[in-house]
Amino acid sequence: MARTSRAARPSRTIPVPEKISVRLVVNGVEAKLDVAPWTTLLDLLRDHLDLTGTKKGCDHGQCGACTVLLDGRRINSCLTLAVMKDGAEVTTIEGLATNGALSPLQQAFIDHDAFQCGYCTPGQICSAAGLIAEGKAQTAEDIRELMSGNICRCGAYPNIVAAIQQAMQASGGKP
Amino acid sequence: MINFEYARAKDIADAVSRIAADPGAKFIAGGTNLIDLMKADVEQPPRLIDISRLPLKSIEDTADGGVRIGALVPNTDLAYHPLIEKRYPVLSSAILAGASQQLRNMASTGGNLLQRTRCYYFYDVATPCNKREPGSGCSALGGLNRMHAILGASDACIATHPSDMCVALAVLEAKVHVSGPAGERSIAFADFHRLPGDTPQRDTNLNRDEIVTALELPARGFAAHYTYLKVRDRLSYAFALVSVAVVLELDGDRIREVRFALGGVAHKPWRNSAAEAGLRGQAPNPENFKHAAELVLRDARGHEHNAFKIELARRAIVRALGQAARGTPQSQSSKKIR
Repeated sequence: MARTSRAARPSRTIPVPEKISVRLVVNGVEAKLDVAPWTTLLDLLRDHLDLTGTKKGCDHGQCGACTVLLDGRRINSCLTLAVMKDGAEVTTIEGLATNGALSPLQQAFIDHDAFQCGYCTPGQICSAAGLIAEGKAQTAEDIRELMSGNICRCGAYPNIVAAIQQAMQASGGKP
Repeated sequence: MINFEYARAKDIADAVSRIAADPGAKFIAGGTNLIDLMKADVEQPPRLIDISRLPLKSIEDTADGGVRIGALVPNTDLAYHPLIEKRYPVLSSAILAGASQQLRNMASTGGNLLQRTRCYYFYDVATPCNKREPGSGCSALGGLNRMHAILGASDACIATHPSDMCVALAVLEAKVHVSGPAGERSIAFADFHRLPGDTPQRDTNLNRDEIVTALELPARGFAAHYTYLKVRDRLSYAFALVSVAVVLELDGDRIREVRFALGGVAHKPWRNSAAEAGLRGQAPNPENFKHAAELVLRDARGHEHNAFKIELARRAIVRALGQAARGTPQSQSSKKIR
């Protein structure tokens, strides 16, 4: 069987395109930037706005570490092109606290020791914020299923579920 | 990922003329599959045409009692839409069995139809793959083929279609509305995806200068008797080894109508009309279900690592038909299979 390789593939050189203006509201603050078309929302947040709370894990939408809220809905920022989201509102882990006070969800993660290394935690918390806003989770089973897009390699899952349950109760959500 | 240019389509006609004018360009909507493929250098479009702002985001009743779903409706919105939950619950269930909530929030209805296989070799540009580079060979045939097809495959390709949503759309007999330079046309769901044959590089019968604008569901939604049963290597957020969508209607103690499709086993959602016809008018019992499963799998062919799928599919068909007949559909939260 003939082997092909990356090097053997025809490589097309595309001239560097013009940067494109993007306006986002990130954690309540307007940000206007000029970015290349291939800049992901994740790279924009980390490299252009220095918001490094949002983590790059797999960079392929498989681990959930890059989860942020876009117009209130949780998404994978690593699979989102910033230029496509002109005008959107973004909330990252840095935007959850109010006036220096942790959000109930952040406090619940501390109360329940819902992390070990902490790398997945910003994504877990943003994802949980999205889950609570969706209002679809009624049981612990539902939470586990609807949080399955966030991987925790330390295995803090039972504590993560407990933390989310506490935050849901605090916010008037179900379990 | 290589450099590319970006343009935003103003309307459907603009999208079609832009894609027709640029043979390498690709549409982008949710981006959950395309951006991933671009990061892996499997796709290298010199230009992306952003269609995400086109007005294709509504879900509406149709004059003949069905529902029309805009191609840009996010998977989550479709799964949780009251019309779909109430009248087409097999579609809601199948959507919620796939991906993660983050991805479902991003992914579009049309994009779900057009997602590419997750065959490891298709994704690995260092290996031959007839789907990625026609004529280079199939690495899965003699390689790791646990996830691969047991039905309808060819010597050129044993990839599977990864969608859960499409398995439900197959039994609902949806229509795919598309628009292109020659105008609009609609494609029956069974004719939308292709078998690999000797052209595995073509996943669907959509022409490259056409755009999916909507799905249309017929009036029959089978809300009383349905299930979507998905068997996979972990309990959530994994592609199907085997999945089964079933819809049926009972007439007393007999089956009036039944349709079932398999996911994870072929290059498209797999239906067998003879197996379905054989069940009509029969009692919904395990013996008849086993017979139907035998008919579906008579021509199944396993490979080194996936032969287990044949028996798994046989059992999943029997189990799923039973779930639908009893009116006890598989829960996508509780993973217990009853």
